[in-house]
Amino acid sequence: MLTHAWIIPLIPALSFLLILAVGKKLPRGGSEIGLASVAICFVLALAVGIGWIGRVNHPPEAGGLAKHVAAVVAENEHSLAASSPDSGTAAAHGTEGTAEAGHGAEATTEEAGHGTEATAEGEGHEAAGEEEHHVTEPVIREITWFQNGGVKINVGTMIDGLSALMLVVVTLISMLVHVFSTDYVAGDRRYTHYFAFLSLFTASMLFFVLADNTLQMIVGWELVGLCSFGLIGHWWEEKPNSDAALKAFLTNRVGDIGLLCGVIILYFAAGRTFDTVTINTLANEGEIRHFLLLVASLSLMTAVMSKSGQFVLHTWLPDAMAGPTPVSALIHAATMVVAGVFMIARLYGVFFNGFSIGTGTLNPMAVVGAVTLIGAGLLAFVQSDIKKVLAYSTVSQLGYMVMALGVGGWTAGIFHLFTHALFKACLFLGAGSLAHHIHSFDMKKDMGGLRKVMPKTFWTFMIGTAALVAFPFTSGFWSKDEILASSQQLGGGGGYKFMLIAGTAGAALTGAYMTRAIWYVFFGERRGASATHDMHENGPRITVPLIILSVGALFAGFTNIPEGTIFPKAWTLRFEHFVEPTGSYFPGELPSFAHPEFNIWVAVISTAVGLLGILLAYLWFFKQKGPHGITERNKVARGGFKVLENKYGLDILYTDIIAGGFKGPIAKGAYWFNQNVIDGLVNLVASTARTTGAWVYKNIDQGVVDNVVKGSGLAAEGSGEVLRKTQTGKVQAYGAYLFLGAAVLAALLVVLAS
Amino acid sequence: MKDLLNGWGPTAAVFLPLVGAAVLLAIPKSEETLHKVVALVTSLAVFVVGVGLLATFDYDKSAKMQFLVDKTWIEMINSRYIVAIDGISLPLIALTVFVVPLVIIYSWNHFPEPHNPKAFLTLILVLETGMVGTFVAQDLLLFFVFFELVLLPMYFMIGVFGGEQRKYASLKFFLYTAFGSALMIVSILATYFLSPKVNIDGVMQHTFSMIELSNWAGSGLAKGTAILIFGGFFMGFGIKVPMFPFHTWLPDAHTQAPTQGSVILAAVLLKLGTYGFVRIAIPILPVGAVWWAPIIGGLAVIGIIYGALGCLAQTDMKRLIAFSSVAHMGYVMLGISTLTSFGINAAIFGMVAHGLITGMLFFLAGSVKDRFHTLEIKRLGGLLLQAPRMGWLLAFSCMASLGLPGLAGFWGEFPAILSAYSPADGLNVPLFRFFMVVAAIGTVFAAGYLLWLLQRVAFGTPTEEFEDEHIHDMHLTDYLAWSPMIILIVVLGVYPNLLFKITDGAVIHSLSHIAGH
Repeated sequence: MLTHAWIIPLIPALSFLLILAVGKKLPRGGSEIGLASVAICFVLALAVGIGWIGRVNHPPEAGGLAKHVAAVVAENEHSLAASSPDSGTAAAHGTEGTAEAGHGAEATTEEAGHGTEATAEGEGHEAAGEEEHHVTEPVIREITWFQNGGVKINVGTMIDGLSALMLVVVTLISMLVHVFSTDYVAGDRRYTHYFAFLSLFTASMLFFVLADNTLQMIVGWELVGLCSFGLIGHWWEEKPNSDAALKAFLTNRVGDIGLLCGVIILYFAAGRTFDTVTINTLANEGEIRHFLLLVASLSLMTAVMSKSGQFVLHTWLPDAMAGPTPVSALIHAATMVVAGVFMIARLYGVFFNGFSIGTGTLNPMAVVGAVTLIGAGLLAFVQSDIKKVLAYSTVSQLGYMVMALGVGGWTAGIFHLFTHALFKACLFLGAGSLAHHIHSFDMKKDMGGLRKVMPKTFWTFMIGTAALVAFPFTSGFWSKDEILASSQQLGGGGGYKFMLIAGTAGAALTGAYMTRAIWYVFFGERRGASATHDMHENGPRITVPLIILSVGALFAGFTNIPEGTIFPKAWTLRFEHFVEPTGSYFPGELPSFAHPEFNIWVAVISTAVGLLGILLAYLWFFKQKGPHGITERNKVARGGFKVLENKYGLDILYTDIIAGGFKGPIAKGAYWFNQNVIDGLVNLVASTARTTGAWVYKNIDQGVVDNVVKGSGLAAEGSGEVLRKTQTGKVQAYGAYLFLGAAVLAALLVVLAS
Repeated sequence: MKDLLNGWGPTAAVFLPLVGAAVLLAIPKSEETLHKVVALVTSLAVFVVGVGLLATFDYDKSAKMQFLVDKTWIEMINSRYIVAIDGISLPLIALTVFVVPLVIIYSWNHFPEPHNPKAFLTLILVLETGMVGTFVAQDLLLFFVFFELVLLPMYFMIGVFGGEQRKYASLKFFLYTAFGSALMIVSILATYFLSPKVNIDGVMQHTFSMIELSNWAGSGLAKGTAILIFGGFFMGFGIKVPMFPFHTWLPDAHTQAPTQGSVILAAVLLKLGTYGFVRIAIPILPVGAVWWAPIIGGLAVIGIIYGALGCLAQTDMKRLIAFSSVAHMGYVMLGISTLTSFGINAAIFGMVAHGLITGMLFFLAGSVKDRFHTLEIKRLGGLLLQAPRMGWLLAFSCMASLGLPGLAGFWGEFPAILSAYSPADGLNVPLFRFFMVVAAIGTVFAAGYLLWLLQRVAFGTPTEEFEDEHIHDMHLTDYLAWSPMIILIVVLGVYPNLLFKITDGAVIHSLSHIAGH
């Protein structure tokens, strides 16, 4: 299965086409195709996961990876040498692998994994170390996608722990969302279309996570963006929805500028290849100039900011809640928005070296993550729409992930991605379950006291919340603790202190805003629509996914229990063991890369801070303690509240000032310039020519040219008769003049040049 | 079969339409159906020839001139009838013979006013001769004749069958292009006289042969002269593309032209200019090309942003699409200006992709006009509700046009941006990297105006004006004409090698006199 992973994205892609073709004619409107395809994908993804675990447990001998890189480098050198010597960096590793090159190239083209057919002379020194440090190389399989400029560009699949994990996460959540949706969007005006897009999204996302090169990542990245656009704007009859869809797409396009530039820089820096393994390896080995890595990292960071909702390009994500709720769970919480995080993880060699993560104490990635997790956490307080609370919470949690990667905690970040996918999907679907009858997400106006009437939704929501606020021993607890431990211990000279503080403070915010949400939704009196509706628990197609996800949210953390706790050693760090890549394409080989250790104080203090947040919010909302109404009485508090309500003013800046400016005055100005200056000039030239021409014709050119003009004029007149009278005669006259002029000029030029 | 094509393939593709046109002229005006059938059969026959050429083309030797025919034409000046096809011209020939039948199918029940199928179809067929001829000609003078031949039918098509301001638009189109051509002929003549004589049947003579001239590649020519000559080509081809600031004929021509005219204009005519750069100007005058490249690149990226801003300011759907061509051709020209094989491959891909995608957009705009009798964006809305299939196709085409990966447009755009990072030797690298960033920013604008168009036209609900009107969704002819284009946009997007494989060898060969391509 590891070498045939390409089948996995193909299935939902076919499902997409099939649903479009025949979906409407089927009894369940095409949802059966989507569900079946994603279920098959899930099974195949599990097979990949199991296959990968087997591979880690019994790794084949290493060496294929080095060959792969050598082959890619050699291939490009070869093709470049054929065309011309290149001024770029490719020449730098010319000496390295020439002997091996041809050899390796054969291995690449043959088929199957490179790891399987290693030979003894392969670079086995990594594998020779302690038993625990076995190198398990990824399984890469690729074919030529196209060739350009003599360079072959491949498309392929790369299976390692990271992609295997993503396969399982994406297919699992997608499958549950499919099940949930069959009930939730039943009777929708575009039911078939909805499922078609879900399939397309699943296919694109799987294509993205399997990518073995950056170009393929761009393709997947944009395609998931397309699906996001389509699904946010699912109810496009209403303008706010299509506005939100446009905003999402355009904001992501802004980030894509960085993506395109970053990928291009890396392409050339690595000697004309998109191959991620090669790029990472060269970055780790110091073959790429640090400056280039830094610029590439910064560019790619912009893309991460837009896709993964980091400050200041996060504003589209809360608006994206205009889409159907299961979509929010799948795309805007569990999978698509982590694409940026995934990209960092995939190109970690680039970022780790570019930002000097292993030796620094502050870098753009960590800062962006930290600012995001705090900034979004604060915004979650002023929302009255439960989906928006969850959306800002997602932004905040994505901040944690980015921060984790920024401080060097690769496993911590990815582990959090994994646990977050489970508990946040659980929460979003829970919100959908709550709103299913009342069609409103306004928890202040239309909810309250729902815990008794919707017990299953309540309990699963509580479990999801517990995981989100990192309640001890839930999944979120383990992953968040690891992020904080990473901030405390990694990096050079005393760790990323600022990140540790931000992360700990964020725990309090998370606890508090979720307590607030729980109060509004489940406690107190039923208000508004929920008071007038006959509220009852939803059917199994909605509750079963919730229960599955909540079980995951509760226990998934045990996949990566740190060492040094009461648990037996064999249970610990399984996630790290299986998911974290080994080998030259991952910075794990570098001396500056380290793993954090469990620190009881970090765990205790952050948990205490989180609980404090919960306690304060509990007192404020449940017990009505504290200075209520302070925003009316106190200027500072009111100002702060206003800033949050206006979302730091970013929406106004983007929508009104930037977008509005371009759509309005700037575009109009440019067009005015076009019509009046450029075109005015053209018309002026034309009319001058016409007058001059008439004058010349009348006064000078009676002799030679006259006949030509008359002749062509007559001919044109004739053809004009056939069709319709036009100004042909004149045109012909101009034509004749122009050619005469041309002949004169040509003669001049020839005389001058010779 | 192969032998027959070898001798007659390109010639047949060029002159069959002319034969068809002659037959049309012989049929009385009242026999409308017969006219349509004859025109369609002719264009399909040309298409079959094109398929034959595609099938017998030797893809492993795409750099080699294949199906070469070299016959005496104008003996006195040694201008010869040389036609041949290599990897650069093949995709564009294929595009032409592919699009023309679709346009004729679309026309079936959609003839523009004044209703005159005979004249209209004749014009289309004459156009086809000119277009195919331009792409197969390997003699500069022959090329020029075909290049100019295209002008007339298009002039009549706009001037007779166009919208309200057809006279202004057609005249502007004609004069502007003729002006460029005039400068081009200067350069052609200069090239002719300044290149060394070659041995033709034992006599040393000057030559117009593009093959010979490309081999010569301006060696021994003073740099200043090369720059001047290139300048003439630049004007001729640049206006045709059109490049900023010579683009103002385009929105007028497009807006006024009948739908079919717009489609052909966008799909093929604009490519004559870019093709000229790739086929003639750069291989023959590499030194001039290196001097002009930064100017071309600069104008190209200005065009990208400027065209996009122009789009944002439009209130008319068709004019918006017309302006988008300025931006899109900017990417093509950026790719060309890098003088790298990567960039020029991307440019050729971009030409084909733009032809299909923008052609599709013009088809859609024409159909909207047909049904709503207006293209004013303000008055439209909710197309997806009234004509869902057309609405989705509009969404599809907009996505393709904004360069969504997986569809053809992406492969013209991204590689062109990429190539600007590392232009050929002798070009200013920081400058081109700046161009790269500007071009990348341009993709945001492209998404902006296209999605905004989509939102206003397709999303939402119909305006009061058309609320109760019954709008007919796609006709049979629409299905027939559009589905091949849609399929091709997807197929090329998923497997770009179909095109890159053809062009790559030929492009590399054409750049052999440029260092660091």
